[in-house]
Amino acid sequence: MSAHGVILGDMLSVFRDVAPVLMVALFFQFVVLRARLPNARRIAGGFLALVAGLYLFMIGLDIGIFPIGEAMAEKFSRPEHQRWTIVFAFCIGYATTMAEPALLAVTQKAEEVSSGGLKSFRLRNAVALGVALALSVGVYRISTGDPLWVYILVGYAVALTLTWFAPKEIVPLAYDSGGVTTSTITVPLVAALGLGLAANTPGRDPLIDGFGLIAFASVFPMITVLGYAVMMKTIILYRKRGDRR
Amino acid sequence: MKYILQLLFRSVMDVAPLLVVIFFFQLVVIGESFPNTPRMLAGIALVIAGLFLFMRGLELALFPLGESLAFSFAAKGDVKILLAFAVAIGYTATMAEPALIVVAEKAEKITEGSLQAFTLRNTVAGGVAIGIALGCIRIILGHPIHYYFIAGYVMVMAMTAMAPTKIIGLAYDIGGVTTSTVTVPLVTALGVGLASSISGRNPLIDGFGLVAFAAMTPMVTVMIYGILVL
Repeated sequence: MSAHGVILGDMLSVFRDVAPVLMVALFFQFVVLRARLPNARRIAGGFLALVAGLYLFMIGLDIGIFPIGEAMAEKFSRPEHQRWTIVFAFCIGYATTMAEPALLAVTQKAEEVSSGGLKSFRLRNAVALGVALALSVGVYRISTGDPLWVYILVGYAVALTLTWFAPKEIVPLAYDSGGVTTSTITVPLVAALGLGLAANTPGRDPLIDGFGLIAFASVFPMITVLGYAVMMKTIILYRKRGDRR
Repeated sequence: MKYILQLLFRSVMDVAPLLVVIFFFQLVVIGESFPNTPRMLAGIALVIAGLFLFMRGLELALFPLGESLAFSFAAKGDVKILLAFAVAIGYTATMAEPALIVVAEKAEKITEGSLQAFTLRNTVAGGVAIGIALGCIRIILGHPIHYYFIAGYVMVMAMTAMAPTKIIGLAYDIGGVTTSTVTVPLVTALGVGLASSISGRNPLIDGFGLVAFAAMTPMVTVMIYGILVL
């Protein structure tokens, strides 16, 4: 895409993202609830920062990261690079998730609400590890051609089992993390990898097999976040037992 | 000033893993230099600056707005208005979602028009609207989230058995593309704000989960749509 196209296209997509949400929120605040907005000026300034931030972020991705990332994804989806495909899928899943703005927002809020008990950085690491595993398993599935739903079913079964053992403070957050992992940065790169792989593997339909990667990236983070919480709980229990002795 | 520098440093750290991966694979594994280094460096600088501004905007605007709305809804004490808001925000934000527009058009092409892009978007937006409303009801009632999840995914699995193959991958993926970078923080702040202003609710246990609802219900509505028309 030309530089002009990028600049205009990104502006349009940021506007489409922000405008409806802002309009509904303000309509309810002022018209339906007739409530005043405390610090209205600060909030207006914040919105400008938010919009400018999203816009710069997307332009930056479009000119700096996506061209090279998509070329790589395409390269590593070819059979001659097969040894590296899973490693690449793992690394790119981890790295893109760590920089995903929506995930940052949710984990930031969790850290704030838990008064620092849950650390945003650790939560994001758990989620990013989940996406990394998801993409690796997803790439493996495309190469074997197993049906998508079997993996998804097993994934949800594991997530539900872990729910049983996890501290209940973490459960909603873990479920949320499944929905926020794949947005701005991850989707274009993952789509390039998935579609490339499905196109280069004989007998796979890009439209059926190429898409499942995103679904995997929604299931696995639930498992890693819950797993992390269960692990920490067990360690703390052990330590307490040790203290008593 | 110190805080601003800290935030900037954190934005650099957030992008750092991505840079390490891209540099490693390009320079070491592929063994080629970058085709257009200045352009790439400019892009990286913009990504970091953008993330920094976005995080500032979250703290200054989006979180306070979501919380202020939650407190006003709780003060008003009218569940109908809260649900109307949940439906309105879920529906409009999803209809405007650029990623969904792309996916919906692709789906129309694949199915040679049996799935209409506009109807599909409406189906997904309706699903998100129902999801956020249901999630708000859960916060008010204080139910554990996993009951809703077991019910939701049992429905998804049962319908997977009935639905045409073409719709399955699409329905599974759609949960991931519905919630945008602006909707997620607002909805999260709304949930946490609601849970903090209703007595007996814990913001962590009851406040989170709205995003998860918004990701689950569209799978169900899309599957239903697929079963009906395909």
